[in-house]
Amino acid sequence: MDSLLSIIVFLPIVVGLLMLLVPKEQFAVFRWGSFLAMLATFFLSLPLLNGFVTSDQMQFVTKLPWIPEFGIDYHVGIDGISLFLVLLTNLLGPLVVLSTFSAVQDKVKQFYVLLLVLQTGMLGAFVSLDLFLFYFFWEVMLIPMYLLIGVWGGQRRIYAAVKFFIYTIVGSLLMLVAILYLYNNGPVDPATGKHTFNVLVLLGANLSAAQQSWLFLAFALAFAIKVPLWPLHTWLPDAHVEAPTAGSVVLAGVLLKMGTYGLIRFAIPLFPDAAVQWQMPILILSVIGIVYGALVAMVQTDVKKLVAYSSVSHLGYCVLGLFSFNLLGASGSVYQMLGHGLSTGALFLLVGVIYERRHTREISAFGGLAQTVPFFTFAFVFTTLSSVGLPGLNGFVGEFLVLLGAFGENRVLGIIAASGVVLGAVYMLWLVRRFLFGPLVHEENKNLPDLNGREWLVLAPIFILMVYMGVQPKPFLSRMEPSLQKAYSRVEQVRARAALEEELPGLFEASSPANAPASSPAGDSSETGEEARTAPAPGEGAEVDTGFDPLSLRMDDQRGQDVDPTDGVFEGVAR
Amino acid sequence: MTTSLPQIGLADLAPLLPFLVLCGGGLLLVLIDALVRGRPGFPWAPITALLPIGALVAYAARWDHMTGVTKTFGPMYIEDAFGGAVGVLVCIATLLAVGLSGSYLDKVGRSRGEYYALLTFSASGVVLFVSTTELLSLFLGLELLSIPVYVLSGYLRKDPKSLEAGMKYFLLGAFSSAVFLFGGALIYVASGTTNLVAALQKVPGDPLAQLGFIVLLSGFLFKAATVPFHMWTPDVYQGAPTAVTAFMATAVKAAAFGALARVLFAGTSVGQLIPVSDMLWWIAVLTMTVGNLAALTQSNVKRMLAYSSIAHAGYLLIGLVVYSGTGDPDALSGVLYYLLAYTLMNIGAFGVVIAWGEKGREHLEIPDFAGLGWKSPALGLAMLVFMVSLAGIPPTAGFFGKYFIFRNAVQNGYTGLIIIAVLNSAMSVYYYLRVLVALYMQKPVREINLGRPQVVGLVVAVCAVLVFWVGFAPNSFLPGVPAIVDWVQGAEIVGR
Repeated sequence: MDSLLSIIVFLPIVVGLLMLLVPKEQFAVFRWGSFLAMLATFFLSLPLLNGFVTSDQMQFVTKLPWIPEFGIDYHVGIDGISLFLVLLTNLLGPLVVLSTFSAVQDKVKQFYVLLLVLQTGMLGAFVSLDLFLFYFFWEVMLIPMYLLIGVWGGQRRIYAAVKFFIYTIVGSLLMLVAILYLYNNGPVDPATGKHTFNVLVLLGANLSAAQQSWLFLAFALAFAIKVPLWPLHTWLPDAHVEAPTAGSVVLAGVLLKMGTYGLIRFAIPLFPDAAVQWQMPILILSVIGIVYGALVAMVQTDVKKLVAYSSVSHLGYCVLGLFSFNLLGASGSVYQMLGHGLSTGALFLLVGVIYERRHTREISAFGGLAQTVPFFTFAFVFTTLSSVGLPGLNGFVGEFLVLLGAFGENRVLGIIAASGVVLGAVYMLWLVRRFLFGPLVHEENKNLPDLNGREWLVLAPIFILMVYMGVQPKPFLSRMEPSLQKAYSRVEQVRARAALEEELPGLFEASSPANAPASSPAGDSSETGEEARTAPAPGEGAEVDTGFDPLSLRMDDQRGQDVDPTDGVFEGVAR
Repeated sequence: MTTSLPQIGLADLAPLLPFLVLCGGGLLLVLIDALVRGRPGFPWAPITALLPIGALVAYAARWDHMTGVTKTFGPMYIEDAFGGAVGVLVCIATLLAVGLSGSYLDKVGRSRGEYYALLTFSASGVVLFVSTTELLSLFLGLELLSIPVYVLSGYLRKDPKSLEAGMKYFLLGAFSSAVFLFGGALIYVASGTTNLVAALQKVPGDPLAQLGFIVLLSGFLFKAATVPFHMWTPDVYQGAPTAVTAFMATAVKAAAFGALARVLFAGTSVGQLIPVSDMLWWIAVLTMTVGNLAALTQSNVKRMLAYSSIAHAGYLLIGLVVYSGTGDPDALSGVLYYLLAYTLMNIGAFGVVIAWGEKGREHLEIPDFAGLGWKSPALGLAMLVFMVSLAGIPPTAGFFGKYFIFRNAVQNGYTGLIIIAVLNSAMSVYYYLRVLVALYMQKPVREINLGRPQVVGLVVAVCAVLVFWVGFAPNSFLPGVPAIVDWVQGAEIVGR
């Protein structure tokens, strides 16, 4: 089973390349071929879920030398974070293909080949444990997405495609420089005695605060563009509006998660000092993004654009959760990534359904659809409720956890971010009101066909999962927890240390700050626990008289538990 | 001063074998041309293709000798790994350019023997140029490689653009040769020797030699088409026959960079004479920035590729900045790898342009390519690969070329330079994407009739496959490249 992950990653592209050999008139071959390939990938990834042992270790690891001279390996594996993102990608894959059966009539062959290549790129990026390999897949994704938007897109598709490409590449090239710098200044792989791109080894890098700061900024810029974090978001509405339905679904469902995934997999664990240093600016940007995205979504006249801005808002929550630096926020953030993938994916699919029938997405062209297409209305309202975070559906859990986490970190930001939930309900429900209810004024809408069997088949799995994730978050959260703990272990150390230093100035004068994170190579959690445990004693005493108030203590107070502070942050959520 | 002439026997000619194959072959072509003059349909291209192949065989035969350093004709010609590596590269470029020329000249209807003879002479000049540190043979190589290219640029003498290109290149080229010679003269005056290595060791800090070397450097930089010596490039690249442009952009560029690298090596002492690394730093930054900025607004694809070649010269210079600053041989390996990648993707791109041209009318404006990605899918796909590779996106050779140079520069502490380079690289994406936008996202404006398969198609296919191959598996699948890299690293680059 060692090669299972590699099979999952490369099956789509192999099928895609084989399809290049088929004559271009064979539409059925391309449609069913890619559907079956995606479906097979999905079923192949179920054993990952079964075989996954809840721990903080990488699993299903394959490591083969690729360019050994430069320490580049083909090194893949998954942990509790990437497991679910891979599953999400593979779930959306077949559904997206199914949704395009009637929508794509032009250049069918190339469309499906690109979709399959894109799938491999995304899966590869999620499972890469080698920074070079990650960069490789990260860039490989660009070209298919660029062509999907540029060739099959709407009116301003060329503008949108080029903008998408340039935005992304500026960030990724700076990240490449950072990767190279990290490679040259990072630790050597004990196995080979050479410099390495192995993330697990690089976690032990011994970098000064200034080095970390620059490297973190380069990584964070690339990921923030992809997320997209305000004010780097402007490519997203353009790309979403102009992309074909399938492109929008993949973009919203998976590609955006690449940014948040990168933050939690690379930027935060690799550069803990810098992450702590830049925490506040990023938190503020993400809160601005939440509110701004919601406000701008409110005034949109194009449904797709509205959903696009809602993505800016929702992804703001993800970043907010990640940079709250506590388990509540982080697990809520990953949960929100999954939830947003489902709900926004479904929204784009539904918009695609109606666009196929009416060839317009102007909200004013609709109204009163509830009378003619009840099932579509049901599906749209259901998805809307998931998106606005109705308790009992998936959106609620993620948002709630993120807000809890943010609240624990910074009350003011938490309150402002919570207003995004209200605004989210406003723009989505207002959309529902204008789009589906009210009088049926347009003649063309009177004879709209309702959802057909294929469209139900696309939506049903998403709906079932929305309910399941809404009522049963535990199976997801418990699997994520150890990996998240590990991802944050170095940040916790830095914070615990900073807290101590505030208490007892001069305690660490002897050793330079840079040595602290390096003392725990590859984020060894047992050691982390040890070090962190030394922190609380002075911290607890301090709370009374100096107002020193580390997040962890506050979180514990809220839960009314008497738990060791730094450990406590990482416990309890999933229980 | 009288010195006894060295005794020259046949054995002394052996290191010159690749050069002799090319140069002698060129002479032979002139002879054949005289015999078959006027006979239409004479298979010039296949016959000429034998010469670079022959030179490659000669390199293979001398392979073992090149791990060391052999000098012949006194110090006039050096046979070593570095010269061999550049020579092999140039032979590959020449072979591919000959492939393009066959189809191109058929389309413009001027297939003549002298064209191929000139191309071969120029290739032999490159081989000489990169295999010496003697000012005299350097100049000989420079002229031997340049003069045929002047003629070739103006080869289409009924086309005013081609004539303009030839004239412009000739005048400026002749001027730069004179400058080069002047620099050499100054160095000779200062040191009393024409051997650069010896000269540099004799005169550290001599202002005359400093001036001489700077002037000499500008001669190299002219050939390499770097800012501020780049003005001729767009006009000449645009006006010259497309196949010649492909040759110029690859083989001539490789020659300039190869020779410059060798001269820079000739002294670690160059660094003591003038702050050459700092000078090149600025020239590299200017070259890539000016090249990329100017390329953004071009609508003629040849002109765009001309500016892009200026930008790529800037990236290549990074390798030389690092090399002259630190002496790290990895930097040279990076330059060599980049030259190979650049040769493949550039010749490929020109090949697609030629293949899509019509008899008697080339379509060179980017809007002319609208929709061709769908009308002619194979060539379109190849063009996609070349553009993506030129933009430096994985998994292509262009990406790994940049990667190797950038990685090495970061390793040696040139992070600032690399940040400028990647921002430039991001800028360049825009104009390469314009070609793809036309190819795939716009409605076709013209019908295209490719007719029977042409040699150019084969060249394009070979380039596209290699761009992927070299890119995807820079070492394990292409034994040649790492072998050259190891070879260069292992061998002493210049005999003293």
